[in-house]
Amino acid sequence: MPMVNRRVNVNRIAVHAALIFYTLIATFPIALVLINSMKSRSAIFGDPVALPTPSTFDLIGYQQVLEKADFVLYFGNSIVVTTVSLLLVLIAGAMAAWALGEYRFKGNTLVALYMAIGIMVPIRLGTVSILKMIVGMGLINTLTALILVYTAMGLPLAILILGEFMAQIPRDLREAARCDGVSEYRIFTAVILPLIRPAVATVAVFTMVPIWNDLWFPLILASGDGKQTITLGAQQFIGQYVTNWNAVLAALSLAIAPILILYVVFSRHLVRGLTMGAVK
Amino acid sequence: MTMRDERPRFSRTGALAATALALVTLMGGIAHAETTLTIESWRNDDADMWNKQILPAFMAKHPDIKVTFKGYPPTEYNAALNTELAGGTAADIITCRPFDASLDLYKKGYLTNLNDVPSMKNFSDVAKAAWQTDDGKDTFCMPMASVIHGFIYNKKIFDELGLTPPKTTKEFHAVLEKIKADGKYTPIALGTADQWEAATMGFQNIGPDYWKGEAGRKALIAGKEKFTDKPYVDVFKELASWGPFMGDGYQAQKYPDTQNLFSLGRAAIYPAGSWDIPLFEQTKDLSFDAFPPPQPDGTDKCYISDHVDIGMGVNAKSKNPDAAKTFIDWVGSAEFAGLYANALPGFFPLTQEAVEIKDPVAQTFVGWRKNCESTIRNSYQILSRGTPNLENELWAVSANVLNGTQTPEAAAEQLQKGLDGWYKPAK
Amino acid sequence: MTSIAMAADASVGRRRWPTHIVVFLAPAFLVYTLFSIYPLIDTIRLSLYGADETGQQSFIGIGNFVTLLTDPNWSKPFWNAFRNNLIFFAIHMVVQTSIGLALAALLSLPRLKGAGVYRTLLFMPTMLSVVIIGFIWQLILSPLWGISKGFLAALGLGSLFAPWLGQEGTALITVSLISVWQFVGIPMILIYAALINIPDDLIDAATVDGAPPFYVFWVIRLPLVYPTLGVVSILTFVGNFNAFDLIYAMKGAQAGPNGATDILGTFFYRTFFGYQLQAGNPTMGAAVATMMLFIIMVGVLFYLFGVQRKLQHHLA
Repeated sequence: MPMVNRRVNVNRIAVHAALIFYTLIATFPIALVLINSMKSRSAIFGDPVALPTPSTFDLIGYQQVLEKADFVLYFGNSIVVTTVSLLLVLIAGAMAAWALGEYRFKGNTLVALYMAIGIMVPIRLGTVSILKMIVGMGLINTLTALILVYTAMGLPLAILILGEFMAQIPRDLREAARCDGVSEYRIFTAVILPLIRPAVATVAVFTMVPIWNDLWFPLILASGDGKQTITLGAQQFIGQYVTNWNAVLAALSLAIAPILILYVVFSRHLVRGLTMGAVK
Repeated sequence: MTMRDERPRFSRTGALAATALALVTLMGGIAHAETTLTIESWRNDDADMWNKQILPAFMAKHPDIKVTFKGYPPTEYNAALNTELAGGTAADIITCRPFDASLDLYKKGYLTNLNDVPSMKNFSDVAKAAWQTDDGKDTFCMPMASVIHGFIYNKKIFDELGLTPPKTTKEFHAVLEKIKADGKYTPIALGTADQWEAATMGFQNIGPDYWKGEAGRKALIAGKEKFTDKPYVDVFKELASWGPFMGDGYQAQKYPDTQNLFSLGRAAIYPAGSWDIPLFEQTKDLSFDAFPPPQPDGTDKCYISDHVDIGMGVNAKSKNPDAAKTFIDWVGSAEFAGLYANALPGFFPLTQEAVEIKDPVAQTFVGWRKNCESTIRNSYQILSRGTPNLENELWAVSANVLNGTQTPEAAAEQLQKGLDGWYKPAK
Repeated sequence: MTSIAMAADASVGRRRWPTHIVVFLAPAFLVYTLFSIYPLIDTIRLSLYGADETGQQSFIGIGNFVTLLTDPNWSKPFWNAFRNNLIFFAIHMVVQTSIGLALAALLSLPRLKGAGVYRTLLFMPTMLSVVIIGFIWQLILSPLWGISKGFLAALGLGSLFAPWLGQEGTALITVSLISVWQFVGIPMILIYAALINIPDDLIDAATVDGAPPFYVFWVIRLPLVYPTLGVVSILTFVGNFNAFDLIYAMKGAQAGPNGATDILGTFFYRTFFGYQLQAGNPTMGAAVATMMLFIIMVGVLFYLFGVQRKLQHHLA
């Protein structure tokens, strides 16, 4: 008995050692940026892996970034674009997933396949047509343009995830409602929507990350006049001050922090949503 | 919150314009509606300089025209510009790359003909050639500045090791050997990761002395010389000999790394473009000067790459073509040349009017014009029109030669073979 | 139960025009069609056109494709990009999937302390933009800053250091591994979710029988997540053949050295938008994009009709 216990302990230690080892690989580069963003220029080059000490601690990078670039505004733009797109993806996606999963109608499979093409094909290949349309609609250099494109981009995967998830909801629930003569719209809003909440985190992570991090469409559709997203703002800033590592590292830290915080908030729900049968 | 509707502003401008128009009619054309122009450029580094120094000077003279500057990272400029032109959203004023990139835009009808802009007369035919149709009849961008190649060196390191700027390739190599033997500093600050430095700071920098500047460049276009001829192979041979003197891991060293290496005082010699001057000037405790490309053995005349690099044109779809032309005319003036050259030492005015340059290192560079003959990069005019693209090929093979993965002969042969594939010189 | 439900649906469908279905589908369908499908079709249309030097376009049928596949000036870089893309994908499949699987297996061990913390931290790189990733890794691998060099030296392996990102032989592998580093969180989290979904009684039964943990994993748990591995493979395939940002951020649009890191995404970008002195060629670019679509479609169909069928057989 003690033998077995010890073996279990040894195994457990090995498991933790392996996990800690890879966690270090995953987080070390990020930590490196955060650490060095708070050091003086000579210390960044002198000993990059050292933590800032009172003598090397220096926030000059942050000061320069905040002076030279409107990161608060860029951050606001990113928040607006990301949350509005996410909301639209969730609402429109849930409606479509519900229609495709719940009702049998002619062409059901065809529409489902059609909606799935977008998972496989990058929308970027159609950039010029998108730009022409956006110009035609007078939406160039607006956040609305980005929101529309991102909504289209996020829908296919959202429909897939939400569809799989809805399939798990017991049939009795909606049938009971139908027997009571409740309308289809009401079944959707009152019965189904509350039940898919756990899947929202999953969709959110898979939708938000590409939107938040996208460089391409902000560059093409909304690159000026204070409409930059934070990723574009950071890229433009890096391009402009590329040799000023204090400022660049500070800019990177400012771009990293919000998404990491959002993620930590969401991460518990992410796995719950997945394990309740979303993507299989 | 930033989604505030654009429309009210438009209509307000519209109303303003209507009122102003009425006023103009009433007052016989004294007042103008305020028009807004946007400049689009790949020089995002210069945004501060445009907004704080150059544009205010223009707007002081033309209070009715408001100009804003929009910068892109250089690598994204072409893509963004082409997309915006196709979509009809490009800015009023477009910064022009020299030769075919802009000629292509003109042929597609994206740029306005600027033949009738008065200040165009301030420029020589050579300066204008970069933005003209092949027959020289139509000019579509106002020349702004050229950049000169050479070698920037760290004065402190040279003093410490008792070195003097080399005049010949032999002396150059002796200097490199000495720096290497000392072991404290990297002799040549140059990396090949971004490829373009290899071609631009390497091949085009030292090349003109070998192919005799304009004579060689024109002979290439006429098909009378080939890249496989001795002068061109010799340039690659010289480049190949640099490898051992470049920094540890130079194959992965990017342009900013190179700049940092030199500005931190860890490298002695920096094969440069004059546009690097402002950056090094911002670095405290760095004292530097420049020398022209060392003369290869058996040559006496010197040639420098004095490359027309940047111009400005008017978007054919601009809603304010008159204001845009007014601005472009000013860009051709001596006033602009003076402002620009001194705000950005290292960009040298192309105008024939006298312009005083205050920066000492920039003066060194521009001083070479007195003794040496100027030429432009030989891959830019006509020869980069086809597939494979000569300039792109030149980047790749120059980097290969510096990396030691391709012989000088093989590099030259690849260039010529690519060119022969599509280019038929006029007889 | 199910048959009643179906009957109910059918009767709903038969009774009247299903307005509610249209209402539910319309928003997603419209936005998606307008901003995703239409631009893609327009791109395919464009690939059948040629343009003269004034930008005037005219229909030329499959001319662009013939040039792309037969003219060595085009076919050589195209096949080079395709080959590099295959290697890029192979590295992801081998390294990313195995690391993802290993991490998921460890994380899903019952009663593992701190599983939530590990999960959160391990997924972090996936959240970051390639702008950031590219910059960070270049710094780390930069010979100038010396972090990776210092590490190797500390381990007594200093002589192993090389400018990996700059050498033809190692650049593509290095970039691929950086991409693996970033995206390993996705297979990890998907496989993890599948693993913890396996009913406990299956595993308990085996454990009570005295089977060693490795045996339980290989013989009982792993086969149950085969379908997830299938999904992971196809997601990786599609992602890799669409990849662009990371290589663009680290190696530029010319994807050096000497085209060693050029993949279809960067090749498309150069062709479509032009690069430096190379003028953009929208129609040829559209042809490259169409080829990419085609390659991705072939891969997806192969998966749907080859791999997935087999998996279903296996499970049945």
